Amino acid sequence: MATVSLEALRGPHGYLRAQTRWRRTEIAFWLATLLPFLLFPSYLQLASQIAITALFAVSLDLILGYAGIVSLGHAAFFGLGAYAAGLISKFGWGEPLSGLVLASTLAGVAGYGASVVVVRFRHLALIMITLGMGLLLHEAANSASWLTGGADGLQGVRIRPLLELFSFDLWGRAAYAYALLMLFLTFLVARRVINSPFGLSLRGIRENAVRMPALGAPSRAHVRKVYTIAAVMAGMAGALLAQTTSTVSLEVLSFQRSADVLVILILGGAGRLYGGILGAILYMVARDQFSGINPQYWYFWIGLLLIAVVLFLPNGILGGLGRAAAWWRRVSP
Amino acid sequence: MTTSGAGAAPVLSTRGLEKSFGSLVVAREISVAVPPGVRYALIGPNGAGKTTLVNLVTGMLRPDAGRIFLGEDDITSLPPSERVKRGLVRTFQINTLFPHLTALEAVTLAVCERRGHASTWWRGLPAYRDAVDEAYGILASLALGADCYQLTRALGYGQQRLLEIALALATRPKVLLLDEPAAGVPRGESPALFAAIAALSNDITVLFIEHDMDVVFRFASRIIVMVGGRVLVEGTPPEIAADARVREVYLGCTRHA
Ligand SMILES: Nc1ncnc2c1ncn2[C@@H]1O[C@H](COP(=O)(O)OP(=O)(O)OP(=O)(O)O)[C@@H](O)[C@H]1O
Ligand SMILES: [Mg+2]
Repeated sequence: MATVSLEALRGPHGYLRAQTRWRRTEIAFWLATLLPFLLFPSYLQLASQIAITALFAVSLDLILGYAGIVSLGHAAFFGLGAYAAGLISKFGWGEPLSGLVLASTLAGVAGYGASVVVVRFRHLALIMITLGMGLLLHEAANSASWLTGGADGLQGVRIRPLLELFSFDLWGRAAYAYALLMLFLTFLVARRVINSPFGLSLRGIRENAVRMPALGAPSRAHVRKVYTIAAVMAGMAGALLAQTTSTVSLEVLSFQRSADVLVILILGGAGRLYGGILGAILYMVARDQFSGINPQYWYFWIGLLLIAVVLFLPNGILGGLGRAAAWWRRVSP
Repeated sequence: MTTSGAGAAPVLSTRGLEKSFGSLVVAREISVAVPPGVRYALIGPNGAGKTTLVNLVTGMLRPDAGRIFLGEDDITSLPPSERVKRGLVRTFQINTLFPHLTALEAVTLAVCERRGHASTWWRGLPAYRDAVDEAYGILASLALGADCYQLTRALGYGQQRLLEIALALATRPKVLLLDEPAAGVPRGESPALFAAIAALSNDITVLFIEHDMDVVFRFASRIIVMVGGRVLVEGTPPEIAADARVREVYLGCTRHA
């Protein structure tokens, strides 16, 4: 009750501003992302993979967590971005930043095309459609081996140093700096999107798709738009992977990748923007640690964790942390 | 010139609407004409097809035959959201709200959609001060000002019914179709709810579905009676009260609380 009167005191404008302002924990978090440079210089490759996965998860969060659009084929856009970035460099354009822009744009165009189909479906049909599109693209890349290298992966990816200064070496300094910067910039965009009137309408679609047209809302146009934005971001993540590792394998389009990013987002907490990032950190670090011990049990533990989270933390780990923090504020005077 | 009453050109009318679900006919030859500014009540026993008529008129169901006009315009083939933009707006018999949005967010959403802000993704919501003020004003006018920072699902049932109306008002309706606005509200509270409806501007034409005859005769300026998918009779409250067929329908089958 105390919080309610506080909000009433602030008035509607103060309330909405408070919803969107930067919290101290957020600023602390982003400062902490710089720590790997100092504390774990030998893990910067892993850190850059985490940043890329986090970016991919944030892009899924925009459609799943905010607009409520389930996708089991989100790797399609990741893979498109990866292949596009790889191919652009293979054919002689090795400059990473322009390659990144081109590859993300291409993924966005594909995303818009897919969205035209996706908006027509919901629930199970939607899951099947997105799954089908993902499988289709994977198989297409597999058979077009003259272009993609098929199961052997794309050969001859050559990326020039970032700004002609920092090359993507084995240490991963440039890789992590590049991936982290892109994650942060994309995150700023995603944050803007969800705090905008458009973002509010997305949440409306998630909360009640029937009511939206009864308010005059063009739900389908909204969904097409956010799907396109998410595809650009997913494509950017894929392109970053291709550029920082100089490899593109069929795996970038695999069902496994679509499933993993969904698991990461659900574990971390969908619809909370930081959920995908937190999920990516936990998932990738744990996999890195466990794979040394007994890799075959990895999915056993992930399965168990997933069940536990869905049963006990329906809003993911981040939702659980939020609840714990609220409880702590209540009990401590 | 008359601004309201049966003489004026109708703001909303239907011609020969038909709808069946399989073998169940739920709308037969429905032709109604709603003049501007009236408070119309749509009554009839359970299953008479009242909600179905609202669904047909607002485009949530496609009629098998017949046409729908908003003013002069034939809107039969327009999608629901287009009809809303033209001022034909409804509320729902069963709460159709946004459980995890606060009441303020929900109404702000509706206002932003109407004002055309909702496709803007590069500016924060707090920048739209006018929209927020308007949303808050609507909520305050329905006595929801103090509780508008709560999640919709945490609101009391009666407040959720009011939020249904608040959302509809945020679209600036010309014609407002209220499907049992007081459904499930304790009998003692429904007059307050209808008083809020009665206080709406006369520029808004209201058609409400309601089972409580006291409320109907107090707030309606005209009444349509539906039975078995047909319009049985239409008229002023005294005409309806005196109609023998209406008495027959309602004799012994007045419904629920
Ligand atoms: N989607 C549907 N499919 C099949 N039958 C339906 C459907 N919607 C409504 N009906 C049936 O159509 C008839 C009319 O329903 P409707 O909801 O319009 O009645 P109503 O007059 O609003 O009743 P109430 O006073 O109970 O709200 C009912 O017999 C109902 O069971
Ligand atoms: Mg009904």
